[in-house]
Amino acid sequence: MKLLRGLLKTPSFLVGVTLFAATVLFALAAPLVIRVDTHTRVGLAYMPPSAEHWLGTDHLGIDMVSLLVAGLRSSLHVGFLAGIVATVVGTLIGVYGGYRGGFVDDLLTVGTNLFLVIPSLIVLILLSSSLEEGRSLSLIALIIGCTTWTWSARAVRAQSASLRGREHVNLARINGYGTMGIVIFHILPYLLSYVFMVFILQTATGILSEASISMLGLGPYDSISLGRILNEAIRNEALTDGAWWAFVPAMGLITVIAFALYVINTSMEGVFNPRLRQ
Amino acid sequence: MLRNHPTLRHIAGRGGWYLLTFLVAVTINFFLPRLGDANPVDVIMARAGSALDSKSAREKEDTYLKEFGLVQTDERGNVLRDAAGKPQKTSLPKQFASYLAMSLRGDLGTSILQYPKKVSEIIRTALPWTVALQLPTIVIGWIVGNLLGALAAYKRGVFDKAFYPLALLASAVPAFCFGILLVYLFGIQLEWFPATGGYDDGLIPHLSWSFLSSAGYYYVLPFFSIFLLVVGGQAIGMRSMCIYELGTDYVKYAKLLGISERKILLYMFRNAMLPQLTGLALALGAMVGGALITEMIFSYPGLGMAVLTAIQGNDYPLITGCTLLVTVCVLIANFSVDLLIGFLDPRIRAAQAGGRA
Repeated sequence: MKLLRGLLKTPSFLVGVTLFAATVLFALAAPLVIRVDTHTRVGLAYMPPSAEHWLGTDHLGIDMVSLLVAGLRSSLHVGFLAGIVATVVGTLIGVYGGYRGGFVDDLLTVGTNLFLVIPSLIVLILLSSSLEEGRSLSLIALIIGCTTWTWSARAVRAQSASLRGREHVNLARINGYGTMGIVIFHILPYLLSYVFMVFILQTATGILSEASISMLGLGPYDSISLGRILNEAIRNEALTDGAWWAFVPAMGLITVIAFALYVINTSMEGVFNPRLRQ
Repeated sequence: MLRNHPTLRHIAGRGGWYLLTFLVAVTINFFLPRLGDANPVDVIMARAGSALDSKSAREKEDTYLKEFGLVQTDERGNVLRDAAGKPQKTSLPKQFASYLAMSLRGDLGTSILQYPKKVSEIIRTALPWTVALQLPTIVIGWIVGNLLGALAAYKRGVFDKAFYPLALLASAVPAFCFGILLVYLFGIQLEWFPATGGYDDGLIPHLSWSFLSSAGYYYVLPFFSIFLLVVGGQAIGMRSMCIYELGTDYVKYAKLLGISERKILLYMFRNAMLPQLTGLALALGAMVGGALITEMIFSYPGLGMAVLTAIQGNDYPLITGCTLLVTVCVLIANFSVDLLIGFLDPRIRAAQAGGRA
C-alpha cells in the first residue's frame, strides 16, 4: 500500500500511465464516436489532411483515421497477448528453476540463454515465412510471445533464486509443502510487483516485434496493424510522394505506447528499488 | 595446460557453449521453416509432381530436390523416379542429415529468385555491408552511451533532468521509425544525404577514392539511425548502474577518505562497466535484429535487404541462408564480448582458478 502511494506520487509514473491510458481509451472509444471504415475508398490516393478526413487518405484512398484506429486496436491486441504469453512462460520457467536449483535449474538456464542469444527476429522470420495462409493476428502474437519469454525467465529466475533461502520458504518446506505449493504460495506472491514490471516490458516488446515483422511483409493477413500501415506506406512510395500523414501518425502511436510503457516500468523500478531513489 | 590457465579455461568453456548454441541455431534453421502450412518442402514437392515441359525447368527442379535432400539419388547424382516420373520423398532425419552436411561444408544451397546463383555467393557480397554498418555503430554507440549515462548519474541536476527523458525516448523509438524519419527528413525533404542505397548507382564496388567517398556519404543516415538508439538504450542502463554504485559502501568510504572525485568516478565506472558488457552480450541479438530492419528501410545492400527480397519472393534457401549467417555473426560477436569479460573481470579469473566459485 505504501509503495502504491509512493507510485502515485511519482510524476513520471503518472505521465506514463496517463499516456498509455489515453491510447487505450482512444482505441476503445473511437469506433463509438467516429465512423471507422477500413474498406471503402473515400477519395483519391494520398489526399492530404482535410476537414473531412483529418489525416488524409492512404494509397488506396481509404480514410487514414479509420486505419489508425483499427491498427492501434490490433497492435494493442498483439501486445497484450504476446505480453501475457511471454510473462507466463518466462515466469513459470524462471520461478521454478530459481527455486529448484540444481540440475533442473541448470538445464532451464542453458535453454533460456540459448534462445536469448539467438535473435528472436530471426526465429520470427523463420516461423512466419512458412505460414503463408494461417498468419492471423493472434497467431503472430503467440509466436512473438514464444520467442521473447527468455528475458522474463532470466530476470525472474534471479529474483526467485534470491528468495530460496528465506526463512518463510524454509518454514513452508518443513511444514510439508510440495515444490509447486511453495513456488505458487510462498515465492510468487513476493515477486508479483516484479512480474508485473516484466509484463509491461514484454507488452512493449510485443508491439514493437509485431511492427518489425510487419515491416518485413510478414504481418497479419486478417487485420490492419500499425506495422502493416507503415509497411504499406513505404511499399507504396508515401515517402517520396511526401505523404507524411500516411506514416508519421502510425509511427507516433507506436512510439508513444512504447515510451509510455518504458516510463511506467522505470518509474516502478525507482519506487521498488529504494537505491535508485535519492 | 588448461588447468593452469584460468583465462584459457574460460575461453574453452565459453567456446563449447557457443558451439552448442550454434548447433541449436542450425537445427532451428532446419525445422522451423518446415513447420508451417506453406513450407518450402511441400511447395517444391508439389511442383515436382507436375509435368514439366522444358529441360532447364527439369534441371532446376532437380537442383532443389537434391539440395533439400528430399529425394533418393543414384551414385551419379541423378534423381531416382518411379514409373510415373514422380520422385520418392526421403524421411525427415535423412533430410536433416544432408542439410547438416551441406551447411558444414559452407554450401547454403541455390537461390530460387536468382537461379542459378548460389546463396553463399549472394551472402558474400551482402555481408561486408552489414558488418561495416553494424559493428562500428554498435561499438561506438555503446561507448558513447555509457559515458553519457555515467555522466548523467554523477552530475544529476539539470543535465540529468534533460538527458534522461531524451535517452528514454530514444530507446523507446523503434529502430525502423527512426530510420523512416531520417530518410524522410534528410533524404527526401532536405536532400542533404542520399535516401536509399549504399553507393552511387553508376559505381562498381572496388577500392577507389570515388567509390569509398560515395559509400561514406550513403553511410551517414543509416549510421545515425542505429547509433542514436544504441546510445539511448545503453545510457539508461549505465545511468541506473552508476546510481546503484554511488550508493555502495566503497564509494561512501572513498568520499570520507577524501579521494578526488575523478578517481572515485573512475572506480565506479570500472565496476559499472562489467554488467554493461554482459548486458551488451545479451542485447546484441535484439540490436542486430533492429539494425537489419533499418538496413531494409535504407535499401542498404546488406543482409537485411537480402532477407527482405528473399521473403518477398519466397526464396527459402536465401531466407534460411541469411538467418543462419546473422545468427552466426551474433554468436561470434557474443563470444568476443564474453572473452573480453573474461579478461576484464577478476572474479571470473578467480573462479576459474579455484574451481567452482
